[in-house]
Amino acid sequence: MGGGTSSYREMEETDLILLWGSNARETHPIFFHHLLKGVHNGAKLFVVDPRRTSSAQWAEKWLGLHVGTDIALANAVARKILAAGLENRAFIENATSGFEEFRQHVQKYTLEYAENTCGVPAGLIRELADAYARAGRAQICWTLGITEHHNAVDNVLALINLGLLTGHVGRYGSGLNPLRGQNNVQGGGDMGALPDRLPGFQHVENDELRAKFEQAWGALIPAKRGWHLSGMFDAMERGELKALYVIGENPANSEADAHRTMKLLQSLDILVVQDMLMTKTAEMADVVFPAAAGWCESEGTVTNSERRVQRVRRALPPPPGVRDDIEILCDLARRMGRDLGQPTSQEIWDELRSLSPVHAGMSYARLEAMHGLQWPCYDGSHPGEQYLHGRLWARPVIGPLAPFSCVEQELPVDALDSEFPIRLTTGRRLDSYNTGVQTSRYASPLRHGETLDLSPKDGKKYGFEEGEMVRVVSRRGSVVAPVRFDPGLRAGLAFMTLHFPDQVATNELTIDAVDPKSGTSEFKATAVRIEKAGQAKPVPATV
Amino acid sequence: MSTQSAPDPKIPVPRGPLPILPQSRPARMVEITIDGKPVSVPQGSTLLDAARSIGIDTPTLCFLESLTPVNVCRICVVEVEGMRALVPACSRQAEPGMVVKTDSERVQLSRRLVLELLASSVDVSTAPQLQEYMRRYSARPERFGEPATPAAEGERDAAQPGHHQPPETGAATVAQPVKIDNKLYVRDYGKCILCYKCVEACGVDAQNTFAIAVAGRGFEVRISTEYNTPLTNSACVYCGNCIGVCPTGALMFRSEYEMRQSGTWDESKQTHTDTICPYCGVGCTLTVHVQDEKIVKVTSPLDQEITEGHLCIKGRFGWEWVNQKK
Repeated sequence: MGGGTSSYREMEETDLILLWGSNARETHPIFFHHLLKGVHNGAKLFVVDPRRTSSAQWAEKWLGLHVGTDIALANAVARKILAAGLENRAFIENATSGFEEFRQHVQKYTLEYAENTCGVPAGLIRELADAYARAGRAQICWTLGITEHHNAVDNVLALINLGLLTGHVGRYGSGLNPLRGQNNVQGGGDMGALPDRLPGFQHVENDELRAKFEQAWGALIPAKRGWHLSGMFDAMERGELKALYVIGENPANSEADAHRTMKLLQSLDILVVQDMLMTKTAEMADVVFPAAAGWCESEGTVTNSERRVQRVRRALPPPPGVRDDIEILCDLARRMGRDLGQPTSQEIWDELRSLSPVHAGMSYARLEAMHGLQWPCYDGSHPGEQYLHGRLWARPVIGPLAPFSCVEQELPVDALDSEFPIRLTTGRRLDSYNTGVQTSRYASPLRHGETLDLSPKDGKKYGFEEGEMVRVVSRRGSVVAPVRFDPGLRAGLAFMTLHFPDQVATNELTIDAVDPKSGTSEFKATAVRIEKAGQAKPVPATV
Repeated sequence: MSTQSAPDPKIPVPRGPLPILPQSRPARMVEITIDGKPVSVPQGSTLLDAARSIGIDTPTLCFLESLTPVNVCRICVVEVEGMRALVPACSRQAEPGMVVKTDSERVQLSRRLVLELLASSVDVSTAPQLQEYMRRYSARPERFGEPATPAAEGERDAAQPGHHQPPETGAATVAQPVKIDNKLYVRDYGKCILCYKCVEACGVDAQNTFAIAVAGRGFEVRISTEYNTPLTNSACVYCGNCIGVCPTGALMFRSEYEMRQSGTWDESKQTHTDTICPYCGVGCTLTVHVQDEKIVKVTSPLDQEITEGHLCIKGRFGWEWVNQKK
């Protein structure tokens, strides 16, 4: 099962928080409230991020590594913990597998190697290793800085190794937590919107589990896993995928390497888009189903980063002609010859509860009364689990051992060279969200449009004035944007967002190098060069 | 690449033990008497907690469960036998044997005077709770006379300690022009009772942004950004958590302010629906206030463990598109 192992409340009562590849202060502001309560209660905060972000400004120590060197750093931390004898032997012996191989694997990740590869002083790495291993309770939290890489899963495994090595998982206050970037990205996966899973993380290639669903649904389910998003684009390229039904996603703006994305979307026989707003993708569609806004015009549930299933409710009716997702899907099924009736969201949820053991105990009445419940929740008297993997501390351990993973450092696919010497990384700003479909329509005083953020040092080196228009060129495309100086960036590092695709189509630059295990593109690492573009446009002062 | 054979993902992981949560030691109980009734509360409880536990409704203005008590409004004062002064119930802890009176003549007089001083100098027209207290304690702020002339723009912000002169006629007032310097919220400090809640929510109790603080001395005390700079030049990140805790409507959504100005704000026509924010994956509960099928405001309930009533700029203000697509 995939999900954050801990609860927000535990951030307030832990001894150390390692925030890795996440600017939660801006991207998960209310989570950061809990984190700051922890800091005020005495927890040490370490932040690992190429940028000295507004999150890093709260840290005891900031480890400003080069983009895409996370595995070198994590393995060096592991090696240092082992060298100091600070690993949790009892936990390792009881609950893990592959330790000896892992121990040997990380031997080459010396402090000197990591300092050279990551650009982080050896002393800081030593300090992090020591503090993390010695903490009574410790949390690792990460976001897209870890997962938007061509080796995303390996990056995650490298962090999990640290939790296994020290026993900082499966206990109150200790855990491993991906902070989810969208209000239901956790729930989408939980409900089976993954290529290989049925709802409740039940594997589609497990015959017994699949048969359970086939019986309930009265339909045959393909016995093999499907494609993830990037795999679908590859299949379009091969001519194997010719019809695409997009629900609540804007790939025309959000996918890496926009040129390729547009070409492939245009090559489809039919593109159907179901969305609450006329996105760029919807504009290209053959058929558009206007859908109600899931969070305020519809009934249902979403699941957050602490695995809490929460109710969303209809606060107002959708505009005329706009319909609920469930109605659209059931009508479509009827036209295709299958009558699914007109189920309410609660009826669908109850069906899910009958099929997914980890959701079985979450009736609407309980969700209402308890402000949501955290999965797994096996029956109507189960309280939900505030943290996961307590089974690893049972003696003997319940279920399979947790494996160490031997993962190797690999640099980003889009290599730096003399022609493309600057590393461009992407992320979000506090007041905006993804491709700006929703956030561009409120009057944020913080918003200053898209900029190319550079270190003041590089600005000087290239002779740019703040506000000057520059051309940013990658191996795939180029865009023009005003320069803004950010002292949180080191020389050689640039930053842009995806929030203003109509102004600056950042994804014309990014690379669609994809992690084969997760299907995530390497949005975080593009090689670019920056040239003067001629015209100047004033940029408001930085905030 | 991993070289170990991972557990087979096709086989479900068995059910493990329930999480073990840290047990707080059972608190020692403290016995006190409130209004003649014996009350037993856990050690560390305040007199406010104790009074509430037996159903006594003690008025509060500057107190909020999610904020550290600052004891500034003095509306919650109660009388404790043997104490010279009245004590603030919101922060005074129960001690064994205390005999407390929450509704004595002295308490009533004190609460009435606090309310009269506030209402004589502050516009409390959008503070329904405070108005209810005024009725409860028969407060008559008008006995101090008509409010004096409002201050000109910037006058109160420029005041230095020791500058305060009582007005020649009428009751001293904090009335002054509304500060409107951005499109998300307004600051009408003529309605500010100086409860400090906004400062606390902006500071360590929640947001940790520290964009505002208490400035000035005496009657010239006011809530201010650094050097009274407009919000757009300040450290403000527009989370609106100050609006969320403001008890008087001094801090108000621009949308609500404009509807009130044009006379279209009508709470009797509004519905409140709890749902979940559409943005990041934290899962903040939003209470959506809808009037005439338009969202007019978004708040978050205080009793939610995730938000404690606090939101970020996107959750609190990022709903405009829902109204625009109508």
